[in-house]
Amino acid sequence: MTAADLYALTGVVLFVVALHAVIVHRPLLRRIMALNVMGSGVFLVIGALARRAPGELADPVPHALVITGIVVAIAATALALALMLRVQAQTGRSELPPAGRA
Amino acid sequence: MSGSRAGWIAALPLGAVGGGLAFTVLALPQPHPGLRDAVLARLAASGVDSPVTAVLLNFRGYDTFLEIAVLTVAVVGIWSMGPTPVESGDPPGPVLELLVQVLVPFMLLLGAYLVWAGSHQAGGAFQGGAVFAAALVLMLLGGAPLPEWLGRWPLRVLLTFGLLAFAAAGLGVMLAGHRFLEWPERWAGLLILAVEMAAAISIGTILAAALRGGRPEPR
Repeated sequence: MTAADLYALTGVVLFVVALHAVIVHRPLLRRIMALNVMGSGVFLVIGALARRAPGELADPVPHALVITGIVVAIAATALALALMLRVQAQTGRSELPPAGRA
Repeated sequence: MSGSRAGWIAALPLGAVGGGLAFTVLALPQPHPGLRDAVLARLAASGVDSPVTAVLLNFRGYDTFLEIAVLTVAVVGIWSMGPTPVESGDPPGPVLELLVQVLVPFMLLLGAYLVWAGSHQAGGAFQGGAVFAAALVLMLLGGAPLPEWLGRWPLRVLLTFGLLAFAAAGLGVMLAGHRFLEWPERWAGLLILAVEMAAAISIGTILAAALRGGRPEPR
């Protein structure tokens, strides 16, 4: 078990805990935050896997993927927050109606 | 169904998912060089010394190009949701005003340095763009109004500048007989720096516009 393994497992735990939060919580802000934590878990796993390369230098391709992923996650979060504010302005509530009732 | 019971029911399959993921992560072969050696072998031809920047702006230029497109589309989506929400009244205090005056010039300098540094060490368009965005957000929080001249078109030009410059560079090298985004070895360093500078300016504007939320109303 290397330090990189520990980081990767931490990433897996973050992902699963946040996925649980996405499923269980109804307020949209909590879900958006949980989605962000899920993304952070994925980035941590990818970053840790880059360290599997022997020697000093880590694999740069996963690092580049993570940088790209972070920026896309920011863009998605900003759009999600704007949609949430729109839902709130229209319905007065920051959560979606229960399934089956449109 | 009560909330906590739903939580427990969801936790069981998720535990299995987590266990499976953890097993997969640990079962991966290691040590494993991945694509590192392939990147290092071609690094001299990439125009930059930093392997991560070489991947982002040269070997996987498509990813970065489309990523800036995603950012631009996100702002279009946010703007389509309506005008900027009205600010609630409190004027910024003197500390914030002073902070803006002192910090913003340094932040702009630091952002530009980060873009330049990206060619040989950690740094690059996104890191620099994030600092630009922070400077803009600080100015917005300090109550600086959107300048009149930035009104309609100049702001939109700033937002799309990075995407357009990237596309123009990618198409430009096609005139010289290369493929889209395939930088010629001689010009690679210069093209990457130019594209990164343009991208950083747009990324800063886009992130600040996304945080502001909503389409700025023409006066």
